[in-house]
Amino acid sequence: MNKPNGTKAYDVVIIGGGATGAGTARDCAMRGLRVLLVERLDFSAGATGRNHGLLHSGARYAVTDSESATECIKENMTLRKIAAHCVEETGGLFVTLPEDSLEYQSKFVEACNKAGIKAEAIDPAQAKRMEPAVNPDIIGAVTVPDGAVDPFRLTTANVISAIQHGAEVLTYHKVVNLIMDNNRVCGVILQNHFTGEKTRIESNLVINAGGIWGHGIAAMAGVKINMFPAKGALLIFGHRVNNVVINRCRKPADADILVPGDTISLIGTTSTRVPYDQVDNMKVTREEVDILLREGMKICPALAYTRILRAYAGVRPLIASDDDPSGRSISRGIVCMDHAKRDGIEGFMTISGGKLMTYRLMAEWAANMACQKLGHTDPGCQTAEIPLPGSDGTMPEKEGSRKKSHIIELSTEQLAAEWRHGSLSSEIDFQGDDEAMVCECEAVSVGEIKFAIDKLHCNNLINLRRRTRLGMGTCQGGICAGRAAVILARQLHMPDKALGDLKAFVNERWKGMMPVGWGQTLVEAQFSSWLYEGADGLDRVKSTGVQPTLEQLEDVKDELKSEKEGEEK
Amino acid sequence: MKYDIVIVGGGLSGLVAGIRLQKAGRKVAIISSGQGALHFSTGSFGLYGTDAEGNDVASPLEAIPQLPEQHPYIKIGVERVRQLVDEVIPFFAEAGLTMKGSAEANHQRLTPVGLFKPAWLSAEDCAVCPSVNKIDWGSTVVVGIKGYLDFYPEFLIEGLRKAGIECRRAEVSTPELEKLRNSAAEMRAPSIARVLRGQALDAFAEQLKLASYDAQTIILPSVIGLNDETAMKRLREITGKRIYCVPTQPMSVTGMRMMLCLRRAFERFGGTYLLGDNVTMGNFSDDGRLVSINTTNLGEAGLEADTYILATGSYFSRGLTAAPDRIYETVFNFDVNAPLDRMQWYATDFFAEQPYMSYGVRTDEDFHVFRSGRPLGNVLAAGAILGGCNSLKEGSGSGVAVLTALEVADRILKH
Repeated sequence: MNKPNGTKAYDVVIIGGGATGAGTARDCAMRGLRVLLVERLDFSAGATGRNHGLLHSGARYAVTDSESATECIKENMTLRKIAAHCVEETGGLFVTLPEDSLEYQSKFVEACNKAGIKAEAIDPAQAKRMEPAVNPDIIGAVTVPDGAVDPFRLTTANVISAIQHGAEVLTYHKVVNLIMDNNRVCGVILQNHFTGEKTRIESNLVINAGGIWGHGIAAMAGVKINMFPAKGALLIFGHRVNNVVINRCRKPADADILVPGDTISLIGTTSTRVPYDQVDNMKVTREEVDILLREGMKICPALAYTRILRAYAGVRPLIASDDDPSGRSISRGIVCMDHAKRDGIEGFMTISGGKLMTYRLMAEWAANMACQKLGHTDPGCQTAEIPLPGSDGTMPEKEGSRKKSHIIELSTEQLAAEWRHGSLSSEIDFQGDDEAMVCECEAVSVGEIKFAIDKLHCNNLINLRRRTRLGMGTCQGGICAGRAAVILARQLHMPDKALGDLKAFVNERWKGMMPVGWGQTLVEAQFSSWLYEGADGLDRVKSTGVQPTLEQLEDVKDELKSEKEGEEK
Repeated sequence: MKYDIVIVGGGLSGLVAGIRLQKAGRKVAIISSGQGALHFSTGSFGLYGTDAEGNDVASPLEAIPQLPEQHPYIKIGVERVRQLVDEVIPFFAEAGLTMKGSAEANHQRLTPVGLFKPAWLSAEDCAVCPSVNKIDWGSTVVVGIKGYLDFYPEFLIEGLRKAGIECRRAEVSTPELEKLRNSAAEMRAPSIARVLRGQALDAFAEQLKLASYDAQTIILPSVIGLNDETAMKRLREITGKRIYCVPTQPMSVTGMRMMLCLRRAFERFGGTYLLGDNVTMGNFSDDGRLVSINTTNLGEAGLEADTYILATGSYFSRGLTAAPDRIYETVFNFDVNAPLDRMQWYATDFFAEQPYMSYGVRTDEDFHVFRSGRPLGNVLAAGAILGGCNSLKEGSGSGVAVLTALEVADRILKH
C-alpha cells in the first residue's frame, strides 16, 4: 500500500488530496477513467482541513457574490443527501448587533431569497430561545439553512469511494516535476517524502487540484496562475458553546462566524494576504488571536470565559482578479482551466477557486473536462445522486456485536464511531480487547483505531487524528496519544517509527496551543511536557516517525534546487 | 486558629517542610486545595539529570556548583545542598518510603516508552540500573494487564532489547480485573491498584508466576501498592521473582503512595492537614507582614501564623496563573519574575526549552517573597513556585521541591 507503480499507465493523475482532488478522483473513477490521486502529505492537510467546517447556506455571499451563493445552496442540499454522515443539520442564524445596522438585514434577506436560500427574519427573542449562547443584546435575527460539515470525513469518504471505483491513491508523495514532451504534459515525477525515492508516472492527463500550492504545480509546466494566498485564522473552543451556527449580519469581516462541530465550537476567520513562500508556514499571530476573541465575544459573550483549545490558520486558494488587499471581494467562484486552450500546454488542466462547499461541483466540472479532453465516452456525473461510503443505506446489524436495535444498548464509543463513520462503522470490531477506549475525550476505541489504520489509508498518528478525532478533544492528546502510538507500533510492527510519530504528534498539538498558551491551555501544555518529556523522555528520540518534519520537506526542496542548478550548469 | 507556621500548598514541598517543622516541635497547618503534582510522579526524583548542553549529568553533586546564580540550589548554598541530600533517604524512610540512589552518581530509570533517563532517588520498586550497559536482570518478561492501555510493552521491549536485555511480552488478568473493564474509563492505574489487594492480589500473583515462567525478572506497570510497600513484598514472595515497575500514564500509583505516606507522617507528628480548602485572601500589616489568611471553608475566622510558607507549585498546581497579558502568583498576587509579552513565554518546538517553565515568584536571599516591590518578612517560598530554573530540562523538579523545603524549614527553625 502507498507504493507507486511506475509501469502502469493512467488516464489521469490528480495532484492534491484535499476535498477537490479527492472529489475529482471519485468522479473520474466513477466515469471509468484510470485514476491516480497523489498527495504530498496527508489527505485534508491543506485548506480542506483548515476552515470552519461550515456547511454554508451561501447566505454569507448572497449580497456580494450571488453566483457563489447559488452554487453554495445547491451543493448544501446535495451534501445533506450524499454525505449525511459528514453533515450535522444545525441550522444557522444571522444576527444583528446593536453596533451594526438593521438596514443590511433587509438587503441580506432579499439577496438570499433571490439566490434560492431560505432566509427568514425572526424576532430576536425567538433567536435567543433557539440559541441561548447568542449575545442577548441582538436587535435582529435571520434563520438560514447553515450546518456543520466535517471536512476530514468528507475527504476520506471521497477517497474510499474513488478506491472502490478502481482509483489508486498515494499520500506523502510529492510531485517534484512534470514530464514534458514539447508542449505536452505526459505525466509526473513523484518523490516519496521518507525515502526520497523518485518514480516516473505516465498519464494522458494531469489535473492540478493543489489548492494554493497549485500555483507552483502549474509553474512546473511553465504556466502562470495568479493566485491570491489569503490566510484565515480560527480558534477552537473546548466545548460546544453553541448548537446553531451564529453569523454576524453585516458585510463579511473578521471573526463573524461561530460554528459548532462534534465536541467543539470554532470562531473565524481573519483574512490577510500572505506571500507564496509562507504558505507552508502558517503561524497564527498574537494580533489575530486578539481580533478573533474580541470580535467573537460580541456574537457570543461566553467565549470570554471558555477555554480555547488551539488556534490554526489555512490559506484560501483564491484566483486573484484585482488588487484588493483584503481578498474579500474576490469571487469564490470555481475556476476550471484547460491549459491547452489557455496556454498552449496539452495534457494539463487546473481546477481551483471555489470552496469546500462546492468541492463536488468543482470535481464535476473537472471530470467533464477530463472526459472531453481524453475523448472518453462520458457516462455523465453521478456524484450528486450516489451517496458516499458511510452515508449509503442503514447500519447493518452485526453478528455477535451488542444489539444495535436500540440506542441505549450501544456503548458511547460505538455511538461515537457511528457518528463519525456512518454505515462504515459496521466494519469496526467492538469486542474483547478492541472495546477498550483510547481517546476518552472523543470516545475513540481500540477497534476504531485499528479500523482506521487498516481501512482509511493512514499510517501515522497525525493521519489517525484526521480520520478519528483522536487527540482533538480537551486533553489535546495528553492521555490518548501514547495509547494510540503503541497500537500503531503493534499493527505496523514498527516501534521506533511509532515513537518518533508520538513525538511529532505531541509537537504538532503544541503548535496550535502556543498562540493561545494561557489559562487552562498552558496548564495542559505543562502537563503534556511533564508527561512526554519529563516522564517518557521523548525529547531524546531521534526518529521523526512516519510524519516528515518541516526540515525534511526543506531538505527535499534544497535537493531539488541543487539538482536544478546542476542541470542549468 | 493560631499556628506557628501555615503552609499554603500540600504537595511534595509543603509536606516535606511541614514534617520537618512539626517534628521539630512547631505547630503546623497545611492548607491544600487538592491533589499535588506528586500524584503524577514517576516514582523517581531528579536532583540534576541533564546539563544545559543536553548531556546526562553523571554526578549531580559535582555539577551543581556550575549552575547559574539564580538557581534555587545556589540560593540554598552548595555546601548546604551537600548536607541536605544525605538527609533525604532517612527522611523518606521515616515516612515508610524506601528510596534507592545517591547524589554522588545518578542512576538510570526505565521510562514508560522504553528509554532511559538519569535519576537521583527512585522508589524501591522502580525499574532502574546503575547505567544502561550494566543491567543485571537476566531474562526478562514485560507483563501487561488485559485491556489496560496506559502501559506500553512494545516500546519497553524495543528499549530493553537495544540495551541488550533478552525479553518477551506477556499479558495477565484476573476475574476482579475483568470486572473493572465494564467501564472503559475505569482501566486506570489507581483503580487497578485498589483491586489488587488481599485474595485478588494473591490470585494476580499466581497468574504472574505462570506468565513469567522461567524469566528471572518481571517488569510490571506501576499498579501495585496504593497505600504502602507491603503489596509488592507479597507479590515477590509468591512469585519468587525480581519485580520492577515502570511508571504508567497518570494517575501514578507510586506518586499517590508517596503522597499518602508523607501526609500520614505529617499527621502522626501532630500536624494539621486541611484538604480541599482554598485561601481566599491574605490580610497584610502595614509593616510588611502577612497577618492571617481567610479560606473558603474557614471564612474570615481563617488561619493565623507567625510564619507562612508558599509552596503552591507552578501552573499545573495553580501556583502560577497565565492570563493573556501577564503571569501572576495565583493566591496572593505576590511579585513574579516573568515578562508581560506572551510571545516571549514560548518556544515553537515543544521539546525546546520553554521560557514559561522557569518563571516563579521573586524572592530575596532568604527565600522571602515580595509584594508590590517590598519583601515580606514572614512569608517564604519553596518548591516549584520559586522558578529560577527549568526543572523539566534539568531533571531537577523533585530535588528543588525537597531541598528548598528542608532549607526553608531549617531557616525558620534557626530564626
